[in-house]
Order: sequence, then C-alpha cells, then structure tokens
Amino acid sequence: MKYALLVHQSQEHFDRRDDGAALAAGRAYGEALMAAGIFVGGAGLGSPESTTTVTIRDGKRQVQDGPYAETKEFLAGFGIIDVPDLDTALEWAARHPAASFAHIEVRPLLGSHFATAPAKA
Amino acid sequence: MSGSDTHATVEAVVRDSYSRLVAYLAARSRDVAAAEDALGDALVAALKRWPDEGIPQKPEAWLLHVARHRLIDAARRSQVRQASQELLQVAAESAEAVLDSPEPFPDERLKLLFVCAHPAIDPAARTPLMLQVVLGVDAARIASAFLVSPAAMSQRLVRAKNKIREAGIPFRAPEPPEWKDRLSFVLDAIYAAYTSGWESVTDPGSTQHALARDAILLGRMLLKLVPEEPEVLGLLALMLHCEARREARYDGEGRFVPLDRQAPERWSGAMIEEAEQLLRRASSARSIGRYQLEAAIQSIHANRLPDGGIDWPQILLLYEGLIHFAPGIGSMVGRAVAMAQSGDAAAGLAALDSIPEDRIGNYQPYWATRAHLLALLDRGQEAREGFQRAAALTDDQALREHLMQRADSCWK
Repeated sequence: MKYALLVHQSQEHFDRRDDGAALAAGRAYGEALMAAGIFVGGAGLGSPESTTTVTIRDGKRQVQDGPYAETKEFLAGFGIIDVPDLDTALEWAARHPAASFAHIEVRPLLGSHFATAPAKA
Repeated sequence: MSGSDTHATVEAVVRDSYSRLVAYLAARSRDVAAAEDALGDALVAALKRWPDEGIPQKPEAWLLHVARHRLIDAARRSQVRQASQELLQVAAESAEAVLDSPEPFPDERLKLLFVCAHPAIDPAARTPLMLQVVLGVDAARIASAFLVSPAAMSQRLVRAKNKIREAGIPFRAPEPPEWKDRLSFVLDAIYAAYTSGWESVTDPGSTQHALARDAILLGRMLLKLVPEEPEVLGLLALMLHCEARREARYDGEGRFVPLDRQAPERWSGAMIEEAEQLLRRASSARSIGRYQLEAAIQSIHANRLPDGGIDWPQILLLYEGLIHFAPGIGSMVGRAVAMAQSGDAAAGLAALDSIPEDRIGNYQPYWATRAHLLALLDRGQEAREGFQRAAALTDDQALREHLMQRADSCWK
C-alpha cells in the first residue's frame, strides 16, 4: 500500500529547515527510504507565501495569491512510501527527522491514477 | 429435512462460529465490514439451499467457501478496492487449504481483538467494535451500555471498520511495548462480554450464555499469548469466580438467590480452585490492577467462613483500591455495600448520594443497593420504592421477582 507522509510544522521550525543538521537528517532519512526500497517520491515544499491557487469557476480560470496558512502549522513537505501496511508506515513516519517537533500525518493513497505498475486484472 | 430444522442448525452454527468466521475472513481480506457482508450472504444462501441439499458435513467450511466467493466478487465490482484484490487471492487460497484439511479453521478472534484496539482507531470505538465484531453483541445493546444513541453508535462502528480497511491496519497481535496499550481495551471488551452473558442466565442454551463461555475461552487464549501478564490472570480469575457460582444463582424453582444466601456446595470447586491459583500467580508480579482487585473481592466471597461470615473490612479496602484504578459506578456502588456491611450503613448511603445523578438513572445495582441500605437504616417506605425502581430496570425475570419480594418485605 502507498502512504503519504505529510509533514505539518510551525513557522518557527520551517524557518530553520536549512540548518546544516536539519538538511543532513533529511538527506539521511531519504537515503534510508531508498535503501529500504519503499521510496516512491516526495519533497519539501516552498513557504506558504510562495503559494498560488488556481480555480475554475463558471468556466473562468482564476489565479490568486495564497492562501496563506492561518493555522499554527502548515504543510511543509511530503513523502510517498510503498509499504505492506499501516504499522510499517507508522514506523517510518516515527523515524522522520521532523517527527520530534512536527506532526507527521500518515494517509493512505487510493488506488492510484498514477500507478507505477499496471493494476492487476 | 424441514425448514425449521435448517433454521435451528444455522442458528447453532451462527452462535458457535459466526465471530470465528468473520475473524478468519477479515484477517485475510483486512476488511471487517466486507467479511461481515460476505458471511451474511453465505448465511442467507445456507437458509435457501440446506433444506433441499441437506446440511453439509462441515457447515463452517461450506459457509467459508461461499463467503470467500462473495468477498472476491465484491472486490471485483469495486474499483476503489483494487489494492485488496491481491490479499483476497491469498485469502481464497488459504481458505481452500482450510476446507481441505481435517482440522477446524484457526481461531483468529484474538488477533481481531487487537486490531480493533489499534491506536489508529478512535478510542471511543475500540471496545464497542470488539463487542460487535468479535463477540457478536448486538449494536443496540452496545449503544445502551455506552450511553449513546443506537444511530450514533452504529455510525461510530461503521467509521471504525472503514478505517481498518482504508488505512491498511494489519491483522496481527502487536509486539511489546505497543501491545500493553492495546491490552486494556481487549481486557475490557472480554469482561464486558462476560458480564453481558452473565446477567441473564436462566436459559443455558441462550446466546447470552454462549457469550460468557466465549469470553472465558478468549481469556484463556489471551493467557496463552501472554502467560504472566498479571491483569490477564486477574481477569480470568474474576470470570472463573463468577462462573463458579452460575448454578447457585437460582434455586430449584428458578428463583434468584443473592450471593450471601447461596449454598457453597453448589459452587464449582474446580473453577474456584483454578481462579485462586491464577490470582496467586498474578500477585507474584507485584503489579496490581483493576481485574486483580475485582477477582480478589470475589475470592473473599468464595472463601467465606463456614458460618457465612465475610471479611467486609477487607472487601472495603479492595474497593478503595479499585476506585483508584476504575472509578466507575460499579466500584462506587460496591464500596457503599462494603461500608454498610462493615457496620456503617449511613456512610454507605452518603457514598451513594455523592454519585452524580446522571450516572445512576438506569443502573439497576445502584437502586437495589440504595434500597438495601435504606432498609438497614429502617427507612422502609423509601427502601420499598428503591427496590421497585431496581425491579423495573432488569430484564432478568428471576431477579425482578426477588427485588419485588424485597420491596414487599419493606412494609413497616
């Protein structure tokens, strides 16, 4: 099963994401995922200020700045892993370097439109 | 063979095997709701076909065979469940192996209990889910036990079953230290099933009686999994102490006999002995808990003196401890009884009065106890009303008659 690990963190921690130690921890974690053969994809996200939103309403495309996070925490990065079950996904989420200060949301991916292998009949 | 015979056989199979079949199917499909649906379909098919074809030699295997086909068909129809297809294929193969084997299919109910207690499941749904899925208690009964509306409870249960499927919660007994967190929920569900099966026992063939038997069986299975866990030992000891008195709770004419007037000769000596051994084993771990305390209270009753004397001050002490671990209404009422029997009925009544009103409304033991204490204090009229109210709150005919008799004896 594929799971998204969604990292929600505060502005304070987000601002420190480029510290040497944080970068090294992130890199090591990514390498561990790849070494385990479960890494599907993922990345850190730009700041909420860099967000742009697109909607189509009444057939018209609207592009707007934001929205900015109004909550204490916002989505700061995500990873997708392919593991046998929730317990395994939770184990990997607990190893995420941000787990000690951020919230790692673990969400299953539905039967994917972007399947890497053709679905079995 | 007549339709009613078939009906009786299907009913017996359901009683003995339904939850084992659900657990078996769910452990392989990881989908509790789908397993229940498939088994429901299989039971309908059995009711249709067995009258003509005769009851199969292995009814459970027949049901399993039909149910797993339904499971696979349902998964094929549903696109969102593509991921479970592979699992179902495995399920089909292992079901096939079981059908061919002379052995009965494995009992996976314990595993399913631990799945229901997974930390990813809403804590408020865990025990109800175990009671419904594994122990077969009906949803309306669960709703009333948990003081929520049947609609709210069924929504909670559906959500929890969906979570198991969609989140991919695996079917396995957890490993330490994680399983410690889940164990208390499993113990609570087993005990709730036991008490639910203990309360109405006039008909030994009833589903309720089967539930008590199942609860003890699951307690034994759990003990095999974790042989030295003191609370597991405590729970099994508690259930055996209660079970030992089953026969003595009614006299030859089916009348209710309160504990202090039961004839110890009618208790099961073997069960009491086993309970006492379990309790001794538990105490050597020196880690006391709710179920050990409750079992210890029952142990004092079981070891009452030949003249009927009971060490009430000791029981009072145990209830004080119990309230620390499980401050439920049951332990508060028990403590009030112990206070009164230790010689201070007024203090017992004051303790009852201090229980918040919203918790006592439909709790029969509260009203029976209150009435008993009022009678001790020579407040006959109030005692009478209390016994009547308690009588109105039980569905056990024999107990109701006993309470009405006590009400009648309160005329002053």
